[in-house]
Amino acid sequence: MFSRAYKLAVTVPPLAWVALFLLTPYLLMFCYSFWSISPAQTIVHSWNVQNYRELVTVSVYWQTLLRSMWIAARVTLFSLLLGYPLAYFLSFYGGSRKDLLYQLVIIPLWVSYLVRAYAWKTILGSDGVLNTLLQYVHLAKHPLEFLLYSPFAVVLTLTHIYTPFTFLPIYASLEHIPRNLVEASHDLGATPAQTFWKVIFPLSIPGVLAGATFAFVLSLGDFLAPLLLGGPSGIMISNVVVSLFGAAYNWPLGAAISFCMLVLVVALLFVSERLEKKWSFS
Amino acid sequence: MSSITTSATASALDSPRDPASLLSIRSIAKSFGSHTVLRNISLEIGQAEFLTVLGESGSGKTTLLRIVAGFENATSGEVWMHGQRLDRQPPYKRRVNTVFQNYALFPHLTVEENVAYGLRVAKHPADEIRTRVHEALAKVKMTAHAKKKPAKISGGQQQRVALARALVNRPQLLLLDEPLSALDANLRRQMQVELKSLQREVGIAFVFVTHDQEEAMVMSDRIALLRSGELEQVASPREIYSRPATAYAAQFIGHTNLLKALVRGGIAQCGSLSWPVDLPDGSAFFSLRPESLRVIIAGSPSPGSLPLQGRVVHQAFHGATQLARVECSGGFELTLRTARELNDGIIALEFSPPDAIPVRESPERL
Repeated sequence: MFSRAYKLAVTVPPLAWVALFLLTPYLLMFCYSFWSISPAQTIVHSWNVQNYRELVTVSVYWQTLLRSMWIAARVTLFSLLLGYPLAYFLSFYGGSRKDLLYQLVIIPLWVSYLVRAYAWKTILGSDGVLNTLLQYVHLAKHPLEFLLYSPFAVVLTLTHIYTPFTFLPIYASLEHIPRNLVEASHDLGATPAQTFWKVIFPLSIPGVLAGATFAFVLSLGDFLAPLLLGGPSGIMISNVVVSLFGAAYNWPLGAAISFCMLVLVVALLFVSERLEKKWSFS
Repeated sequence: MSSITTSATASALDSPRDPASLLSIRSIAKSFGSHTVLRNISLEIGQAEFLTVLGESGSGKTTLLRIVAGFENATSGEVWMHGQRLDRQPPYKRRVNTVFQNYALFPHLTVEENVAYGLRVAKHPADEIRTRVHEALAKVKMTAHAKKKPAKISGGQQQRVALARALVNRPQLLLLDEPLSALDANLRRQMQVELKSLQREVGIAFVFVTHDQEEAMVMSDRIALLRSGELEQVASPREIYSRPATAYAAQFIGHTNLLKALVRGGIAQCGSLSWPVDLPDGSAFFSLRPESLRVIIAGSPSPGSLPLQGRVVHQAFHGATQLARVECSGGFELTLRTARELNDGIIALEFSPPDAIPVRESPERL
């Protein structure tokens, strides 16, 4: 149908782009993760698994990784708890205002991530909007310190940022459910609640999985929110990687952590993809 | 004219076929915004009756069914079943089940789970569910496919599962929304027979919606003919065919010749034809079925019948019979049904005046 020259012209540039800017860096990172750093702060190009051993033995690394996963898990849960009902009501009861409401959910995505993270800093700080308000209405005597520079602040901010990402795939999957299935369920005597749990929810699982994957993977790798709002107790694994590549100047160890993260995320995406396939019936 | 109207309607309502009423649709009207879909629909459906709501697309037949099922609210009017208001109940409380046009089987459940759905939500005991599901699947010959997902079976099989899923709940009334329209012609004819015999066997009232007049004729105890949101005629297939109330009914159900005549002093005049009628003066329409026209092979017309002459202009082969178009001397065309192919040229025809059924003119509606 298309000439060979045309096919090449279309496929080669993106493939070259991917090879140059994705595969090559990954390969470099993979190599770095087996090298080491000399006392004189130079990179020694000798192959060993010392970095990976350090990951397992030095508790701060795997503890930070676990904490990051725990933060990401909470962000995922809260994004789903917010995003699902929103998507459900919009899809089933949005009526003529559906498109407008949909846009309202999307609009925050147009605002820079940095701006949104800073906004939370302004809200949660000890002189921030929330603390001022609480003291003004005499609900608190002193500014509440746990609001900012804590895992709580990170979870809150990331949930705010990633809820639209869970909303979108869930909304799409709900929109794909033929409405006559809902009618058929009612027709067979199922109440609205039974219909939701037996028909609507099972058929929206692919959307839930996609949304959960988005929220988990994106917040697991996040470093801006913990940097701006996390404080010492809210440090996440990406902050460690950033400092290893920067101030600490230990690229090999940073590369090893990055590579572990990459494997983890790819494995997650793979599992999520398999599960989504299992639950789609189009 | 008005006398014809009353007699036709009255005969439909008082028909001895009309058994004790199960469902009663009373003065139902439905509008979507300024668009009126149904106007003043009143209809009684008997126990174990097979009633077909027949109409073209856009006639409002599906809307009527959806009002009975509870998916739409009527703008005005009432629906009663067994002496109780049905239209105030949500669909999941109505003892009515529906077979949807595209079957609406749950794609994530197996055939068996689909059929069990209604019994499960009603929280019947597990072993009762098992036996009833098994029986229902056996009744529609789908036992072999019990463990399959709907996507793995054919359209006709999905149709059967949808039927089993509805019937297993032992509803008092089954609603079927064009259930055969997605099937090819062969399977469709086969399913018509199966559906009809199944309905007799289970003894549940069926309200069957279709746009196919042949399907309606084959299957129904009674046909409710719907046109642009109003009932045109409600009668048995035989009656609606032999005594259509309106010109529209006569033309929609089977072939017919519609004659526009002028009645004066008890004589109807149409072109060169004239015959005695029992109608007041004025213009009148008559439906003359193609099989009411006979070819005079030799000799003189039979006594009491009306002779006419015409030239054969077109013939179409319809299997056992032929339909021939004949141009008559009065400048009008008639269609007649014959057993054999006719010779081209002028032929002599006759019909008995009582076979020309006076019908009401069908007014234009929006």
